[in-house]
Amino acid sequence: MDIKARVRTFILEDLLMVALPTDLADDASLRKLSILDSTGVLELVAFLEQAFGIQVKDGELLPGNLDSVDAIVSYVREKLGFQVAEPQA
Amino acid sequence: MSGTSAAAVASCLALDANAECRRIEEGIRDIVVRRLHRRGAIVGVSGGVDSAVCLALSTRALGAERVLALLMPERESSDSSSRLGEAAARSVGAPFLVEDLTAALAGIACYDRRDRAIRNVFPDYGPGWKNKIVLGGGQDGQFHHFRLVVRDPFGVEHTARLPHREYLEIVAAQNFKQRLRKATEYHHADRLNYAVVGTPNLLEYDQGFFVKNGDGSADLKPIAHLYKTQVYALARHLGLPEEICTSSPTTDTYTLAQGQDEFFFGLPYPQMDLALWSLDRGDSPEVLAARLGLGSVEAAHIYEAIVAKRQAVRYLQSPPLGLRYAP
Repeated sequence: MDIKARVRTFILEDLLMVALPTDLADDASLRKLSILDSTGVLELVAFLEQAFGIQVKDGELLPGNLDSVDAIVSYVREKLGFQVAEPQA
Repeated sequence: MSGTSAAAVASCLALDANAECRRIEEGIRDIVVRRLHRRGAIVGVSGGVDSAVCLALSTRALGAERVLALLMPERESSDSSSRLGEAAARSVGAPFLVEDLTAALAGIACYDRRDRAIRNVFPDYGPGWKNKIVLGGGQDGQFHHFRLVVRDPFGVEHTARLPHREYLEIVAAQNFKQRLRKATEYHHADRLNYAVVGTPNLLEYDQGFFVKNGDGSADLKPIAHLYKTQVYALARHLGLPEEICTSSPTTDTYTLAQGQDEFFFGLPYPQMDLALWSLDRGDSPEVLAARLGLGSVEAAHIYEAIVAKRQAVRYLQSPPLGLRYAP
């Protein structure tokens, strides 16, 4: 499953708890739709760290990274690319 | 607080304290006596300004002999809680009882459950350590998130962002404190045929700073329409002890000293009051920015945080919901 599909599945099934596809637009603000609150952010971060093996830093808890499906996918891609490019300690 | 901000708070949230006290007292009499048919009122006093004001207004409304103040410390309460709670009761002539909840909280494993969750984040946490949860993000555009702060026996503080599961475990354990306090209040209300007074102010109620079926539960909430700033004004008008009138709001829930602003609101209460008031008037972020002496981007973030919290707390404010159909 690609990154977008996994993110959408998490948002729909875990945050929204709906099994059927909905009209959640990829660029819709998760905060404005009341999908993401301060507890939901922690839940989303736990998912991203576990599912993609990334570490979300405090300074990265920004709407630009996490407030929509598109933003999350871009953020995860960037993190994965960055980690692959970095030499391993 | 900046001069701009202090002046704006004073002018925007000014009220006629004498008239407001009289209105509330009449309201308490109406609710307790005429609508609920109770013989008096229970007020749990924390040493803070909200409960002290509720206690003073209840005694003025019903007579001190028809009010019982409850002090409910536990082993992690600050030393000043009981001292100030007792001072509040004595200052208004209300009878008071002390109910130490330590044994009950230990029996239900409040402390053990919380400490287990903390050790998932800080494995060395144990006797002699202290803890609190603080709010990160918010003003700078970051998502609000919760951080765990612990202090080891040598006085060194450690902090980490709280993982989702541990955050929920810690809060769920800590909420036993507010819920056992409320159970104790209702015990005394039942045996005396009294009503229970809830003490949240408008800021706390609006933003959900209470525990459902804990301090959020009550038969009447006589100051839930007043901003925190206005509650302090009533405290001074009612002649409550100076230390209560000038104290900073704390949660008195965690073992490290914790201001309400660092745990929940992210801003000191005068600015939060003013932000809430401005938002509800429909004032733009630019207007709020001028009042608070901030930039308009920062003011817009404050509005966003208030709106986001309002959405998140609907669950807390919701009464039990039934299904709307006839079988």
